Amino acid sequence: MQRTRLSSAARRTLTWVLALAIAAPLLWALLASFKSELEAIASPPSFLVFDWTLENYRSVLANGDYLHSLRNSLIIAGGSSLLVMALAVPAAWAMAFAPTRHTRGILLWMLSTKMLPAVGVLIPIFLFYRDWGLLDTQLGVILLLTAGNLPIAVWMLYANFNEVPGEILEAARMDGASIVQEVLRVLAPMALPGLASSFFLIFTLAWNESFWSLNLTTTDAAPLTAFVAAFSNPEGLFWAKLSAASMLSIAPVLVIGWLCQRQLVRGLTFGAVK
Amino acid sequence: MSTSTISTGNGRTYLRLQARILMAPAILLLVVCAILPLLPTIYYSLIDYRLLASTSHDFVGATNYARLITDPGFLPAIGNTLLLNGLVLTISVLVGLGMAMLIDRVIVGRGLLRLLVIAPFFVMPPVAALIWKNLLMQPVAGLFAWVSSVFGAGAVDWFSALPLVSISLIVAWQWVPFACLVLLTSLQSFDREQREAAELDGASSWAIFRYLTLPHLARPIAIVVMIETIFLLSLFAEIYVTTGGGRTTNNLAFLIYSQVMLQYDIGVASAAGVVAVIFANILALVMVRLVGRSLEA
Amino acid sequence: MLGGRQFICSAIAMLALAGCSADGDERTILTVATVNNGDMIRLKEFTSDFEKAHPDIRLKWVVLEENVLRQRVTTDVAIRGGQYDIITIGAYEVPVWAGRKWLTGLDDLGPGYRADDLIEPVRDVVSYGGSQYAAPFNGESSITMYRTDLFRKAGVVMPERPSWEFLIDAAVKVHRPAEGVYGLCLRGMAGWGANVPLITAMANSYGARLFDEKWQPQFDTPEWNKAFGTYVGALRNYGPPGASSNSFNENLALFAQGKCAIWVDATVAAPFLSDPQSSTVADQTGFALAPDQGLGRSSSWLWTWALAIPSSSKKVAAAKRFVKWAAGPAYQNLIAQRVGWLAVPPGTRKSLYTNPEYRKAARFADITLQAISESNPRSPTIRPVPYVGIQYAAIPEFQGIGTEVGQQFAAAVAGRVSPENALAEAQAATRRQMTAAGYYE
Repeated sequence: MQRTRLSSAARRTLTWVLALAIAAPLLWALLASFKSELEAIASPPSFLVFDWTLENYRSVLANGDYLHSLRNSLIIAGGSSLLVMALAVPAAWAMAFAPTRHTRGILLWMLSTKMLPAVGVLIPIFLFYRDWGLLDTQLGVILLLTAGNLPIAVWMLYANFNEVPGEILEAARMDGASIVQEVLRVLAPMALPGLASSFFLIFTLAWNESFWSLNLTTTDAAPLTAFVAAFSNPEGLFWAKLSAASMLSIAPVLVIGWLCQRQLVRGLTFGAVK
Repeated sequence: MSTSTISTGNGRTYLRLQARILMAPAILLLVVCAILPLLPTIYYSLIDYRLLASTSHDFVGATNYARLITDPGFLPAIGNTLLLNGLVLTISVLVGLGMAMLIDRVIVGRGLLRLLVIAPFFVMPPVAALIWKNLLMQPVAGLFAWVSSVFGAGAVDWFSALPLVSISLIVAWQWVPFACLVLLTSLQSFDREQREAAELDGASSWAIFRYLTLPHLARPIAIVVMIETIFLLSLFAEIYVTTGGGRTTNNLAFLIYSQVMLQYDIGVASAAGVVAVIFANILALVMVRLVGRSLEA
Repeated sequence: MLGGRQFICSAIAMLALAGCSADGDERTILTVATVNNGDMIRLKEFTSDFEKAHPDIRLKWVVLEENVLRQRVTTDVAIRGGQYDIITIGAYEVPVWAGRKWLTGLDDLGPGYRADDLIEPVRDVVSYGGSQYAAPFNGESSITMYRTDLFRKAGVVMPERPSWEFLIDAAVKVHRPAEGVYGLCLRGMAGWGANVPLITAMANSYGARLFDEKWQPQFDTPEWNKAFGTYVGALRNYGPPGASSNSFNENLALFAQGKCAIWVDATVAAPFLSDPQSSTVADQTGFALAPDQGLGRSSSWLWTWALAIPSSSKKVAAAKRFVKWAAGPAYQNLIAQRVGWLAVPPGTRKSLYTNPEYRKAARFADITLQAISESNPRSPTIRPVPYVGIQYAAIPEFQGIGTEVGQQFAAAVAGRVSPENALAEAQAATRRQMTAAGYYE
């Protein structure tokens, strides 16, 4: 009895220490965002005792177009993620519950669409977008981000759906439920943790995507990745300001992540009742 | 495990047709957005297309490919691609697995723990590379240098001595959240009663892990491996930001980037893209052979 | 359902924010692409001043770091994407792009622009075929920066024009790694705009050149061997650890924290190092010219960020009005009045350097002017060369060549290859690229 208590306390400590270690670089950047530039790169480093300042945030907000970029990011990341889920859920359902001998092939093919590094296909896409007026539009970026994240979503949802026992779905179908009802009423609650985590993953990937979002936009559709990039590597000391800009870009995702968390928790308790 | 076959003949056909319809939009989008651009790429790889030179787009056949493959930096780039892939996969999966199993056992504060572990995922990749390079790994003034001085050791000159390892660390750090999230989600559907029964029967933690947990996690691990591999093949931003490239750190994607954005030679860049696709296909075939069994039920 | 509440919330938010766009006016919209250095960010801050003086024009800004910006702008201009009306390019791009007729001529900016006020080499470097194709916004050369307190303690007196041998001797005397002070900080990071400019300019001072008259690369010459060997030895022995990943910003951070005793780099570092807000050693920073071996060329370089108008722009007239305003003397006075003399974009106009108030505010003004005035981009080396450019060669292939060469140089600093092998590889790589580009037919 004694041993179990000790080792579980030790395990808990280890878990927290490791989790903090993983988050440490981000936490360090968070601290840096409140320091002066000189303080941010000082050695020996200062941890909690220094002149806390909001100057970096003030400067970044004054020099960048935060609200405009935030709006673009929400539309681009949100739009493409919703589109991805709308396409991926049916596809994953089909592959998980009505598999054919082609299923594995299709899965691998989907993944293979990501094999060509984006930078190699920049010029053809650029030319196409120029001719079709898609440059510097939200739609243009949404299309590419959707295509980029769709294989991931399909894979993850496929894995999730596979863990849902098919008998329950069949039972619902036997009871006369239509496909839509089956998906909404029976599948979704059971696969909720998977659906939420897949959405969150896709959303964050789209939020931080820094190739297409930077190369295909200039001003109108420039999202937060462009906002942050403007503070990256100028001539001079910049790490405190870059950290502040990054925090401003991360904050909205954190909020959405926290909301997704709560769905995950709800899904968990549901699962326990099973 | 997913028993979805319906015994009645009609039901089966109906289901299959519906399945096709359900998959169609996704497949269509991918064909348009991901396959169509491949065609001009193949075309460009066969012509002389340099943005800065006033060239006519003459057909040059395999010249671009020849230039690419005979470049002394080509083979090292392939090697680095594999090394980078291997290192990042190993680190991120091991750490992600460890964290997932640890977090799974904790009840209080699990939400916060999850948020902490997912933290690296929030940062833009180029910014993450800059933070690691200048605030953490800087041998003179970085946090790591200070930590090692506290222990009386000298600072590690990360990018001079261990460039590929350093880059792998940075990238693995960014992918730990993904691995952890996927594995944690899967662990949540793991049958606890079975594990408790085994524990009561006196099975060691290692045996439980090896014969109960690991098989359950086989599929998610396979998925993490496949997805990360595909993503890592396109990696180049971190390499550019930290070392500016070089024989020891260039990978295939960086070569492509270098051709497109620095030499503006679209012909050779497209050839490199085609080679990257071929290489990725070979790699995927190998990986599927290794982990593919776990992918299906 | 699946985060239903959160979907609804974000949808409402999107709609609310979407309603906030106000794009219904008739003004000409100019898209300006700039580098994210302090001077240009300040230019962006004064947008409202420009728009008030020119109510029929509205400005939109794209601000990026120089490498990313260069890639975006080059791609756009090369395939005529037409996304930018005013671009920021450097001294390297002007001859290459003007030769391809990608730039609009700027000889007609009018007397208010005072083109005669530009420092000669700066004006020269943005001209091609006798016409001006870009309007310099800020300019730089390179100088030696050093810690006067450390020199005093070691009993060393910095001459106005040191040689490389002198600097290295001094570095030996002030090098105290145990106390965290390194004798000589130099750029080591791979990049055609990072370590290559420094090393090329240094090689110039040793009598080397990038190409001979027949475009044969010269990395296998004794001059290059001497220069590069000196550089690698100095940096490996008396430089900070991690030097092979240090570029301008990293060295600036090191010097500002007091970790470097000597640093040879761009003049734009001087304002940062003289400001107590951004340097812990502001009062102990001295300046001297870039090292000179006395062979006829110093190791200082010349660079300018200049505003240009792509020839594919449809709003050339309006763009010229912006360029005239931003790069003209009136803007410099505006900044001096509203922000201060140290905030004026340096390195382009003689009038700034003859202004007594500026010279009082900036200790480094004289030496900066001297370094810039002495540079000679059309004859950058002792022996004749077929290219223009001091720390680069203004040919389109140079970016690619500089990238590969820079990677070899950095590998030598990191100790992975010997300097001789690095030069041999650089030579081979350059020959390969020049052959493929058709220079030897």
